[in-house]
Amino acid sequence: MARLVVMGGGVSGHTAATFAKKWLGDAHEVVVVTPNSLWNWIPSNIWVGVGEMKKEDVVFPLAPVYAKAGIDYRQAKAVSIHPNGKEGSDTPYITIEYTGQGKEGQSEEVSYDYLINATGPKLNFDATPGLGDGKGGIGGHTVSVCTADHATHANLELQQIFAKAKAGERQKVVIGTGHGMCTCQGAAFEYIFNVEHEANKAGVRDMVDIQWISNESFLGDFGIGGLHMKRGGYAASSRLFAESLYTERGIPWTIGAHVSKVEDGRLEYELLDGSTGEMEFDFAMLIPPFAGVGLKAYDKDGSDMTAQIFAPNGFLKVDADYTPKAYEDWKASDWPRTYQNPDFKNIFACGIAFAPPHLISKPMSSPNGTPINPTPPRTGMPSGIIGKAVAHSITDLIQKGPDAHLHEASMAEMGAACVASAGKGLTDGTAAALTVYPVVPDFEKYPGLGRDLDYTFGEIGLAGHWIKHILHHMFIYKAKLKPGWTLIPE
Amino acid sequence: MKQIEERVKPYDQNFTTMVPTGFVKFMRTCILWQIIRFIVINIKMLIVVRKSH
Ligand SMILES: Cc1cc2nc3c(=O)[nH]c(=O)nc-3n(C[C@H](O)[C@H](O)[C@H](O)COP(=O)(O)OP(=O)(O)OC[C@H]3O[C@@H](n4cnc5c(N)ncnc54)[C@H](O)[C@@H]3O)c2cc1C
Repeated sequence: MARLVVMGGGVSGHTAATFAKKWLGDAHEVVVVTPNSLWNWIPSNIWVGVGEMKKEDVVFPLAPVYAKAGIDYRQAKAVSIHPNGKEGSDTPYITIEYTGQGKEGQSEEVSYDYLINATGPKLNFDATPGLGDGKGGIGGHTVSVCTADHATHANLELQQIFAKAKAGERQKVVIGTGHGMCTCQGAAFEYIFNVEHEANKAGVRDMVDIQWISNESFLGDFGIGGLHMKRGGYAASSRLFAESLYTERGIPWTIGAHVSKVEDGRLEYELLDGSTGEMEFDFAMLIPPFAGVGLKAYDKDGSDMTAQIFAPNGFLKVDADYTPKAYEDWKASDWPRTYQNPDFKNIFACGIAFAPPHLISKPMSSPNGTPINPTPPRTGMPSGIIGKAVAHSITDLIQKGPDAHLHEASMAEMGAACVASAGKGLTDGTAAALTVYPVVPDFEKYPGLGRDLDYTFGEIGLAGHWIKHILHHMFIYKAKLKPGWTLIPE
Repeated sequence: MKQIEERVKPYDQNFTTMVPTGFVKFMRTCILWQIIRFIVINIKMLIVVRKSH
């Protein structure tokens, strides 16, 4: 009997664990180690952050789902990996620290035959002075929508802003990224248009100034170097698309910005041209930069081997080409295909937890040397697809032996579908529905734009709203492993 | 046009971009047209999903 341990029960880890268990059956064990008792459909946190949904609408308890699936669930966080075992034993294991199940704070060793790291991002608020609380959490000056609890709090603060605006006090809202090396511009993009929509609905739009700030060198970069789509006989850049949206909704933008400091009601930033500025706000939602969650790795003799397994940013090294190269030399083939660690063939990573070989957007820095460029996003669809491919590979390794062919899922050969809503109603508000193919541009296959114009498209309308509603219910249904769940694509 | 006149100022940041006209905005919330677009977008997205697996 082989044991697969999955660290992280989010979008990617949950997909990997549930498929692996389905394919491996009772003959083998699947263990999930994840610190939260609730699974969260993160994209809908945006609607929680404007009061259109409650936390309960976007989460559900994991324990009954794992019990039904026959998955061994440990409500704990993984702390360290020991891929060579320890003195007197060659069996690899991880150490975990419980956060629930009545064993809070207790440590345990969990041995594995195969290990998946799907721990997602550490929300690194502390990278920006004043954005964090100095202890790894969010500080008191801004809000976040990255977790369901953050989003619930963001909405409480937002309603106060609307109440003050109603009372005749002019309010300033700033939304965007909180550091020069942030990713997830899409989430901030979606949130700003939802806030704008809600301000309109509340009848206070005239009293609320809404401002965008981000590290993108052009509006609509989204951390993927922008995209192009067919429009009126042209291949139009996402810059036009994004600028049009901001203009239509009366939202000015500050881009190429690294937020260097946050204080009560005020932030400072540095721009790509080296100039600095400051902005006042009554309400700010700034996405933090992401890092790996800080797992350590130790050798048999207890020596630290974290740098061998993890990249300096804390993400797990996989089968990517990490050789440092100039932007002009980047290739689609630099991106990983199997997500297997090069040194330890029984360790894989999926979702946000794997180390990308380089940025997707062109690297840029200010004359002062401050890097100001979006880092690569790994949105829900790639995270799910990669999780499933990794589960497939491990299943084959267990069932067919160590020579089994590994399944591939390169972000340079896969697309992503994204829907950014503004509002939630079925007949009011509109959403931008986008697909991009491939996520990582391949300038050899598609010279010039890097992407296939037939499969990269976007449009704004109610249809996007309906799709977002369907995705919300469909993915929660799938994650609960309800009948037919495997038929719903990742 | 009214919205463009209110929001766009000569040589401001938003002067050089495209702004939707009334017809485009109407089509975004025209139920009949959006039902058609819903079907088209879903088919396109499913093709992208299939190509990605
Ligand atoms: C506000 C917001 C909106 C978004 N909207 C969209 C969208 O519309 N479309 C889209 O495609 N993508 C969207 N995304 C991105 C999407 O949520 C991510 O791509 C996806 O969640 C990544 O999956 P993951 O499994 O890698 O990480 P996560 O889903 O974050 O899961 C990581 C899991 O690991 C757990 N974990 C953390 N540390 C440890 C540890 N030490 N040990 C064990 N477990 C640990 C975490 O608790 C979590 O359960 C959005 C993201 C945000 C923040």
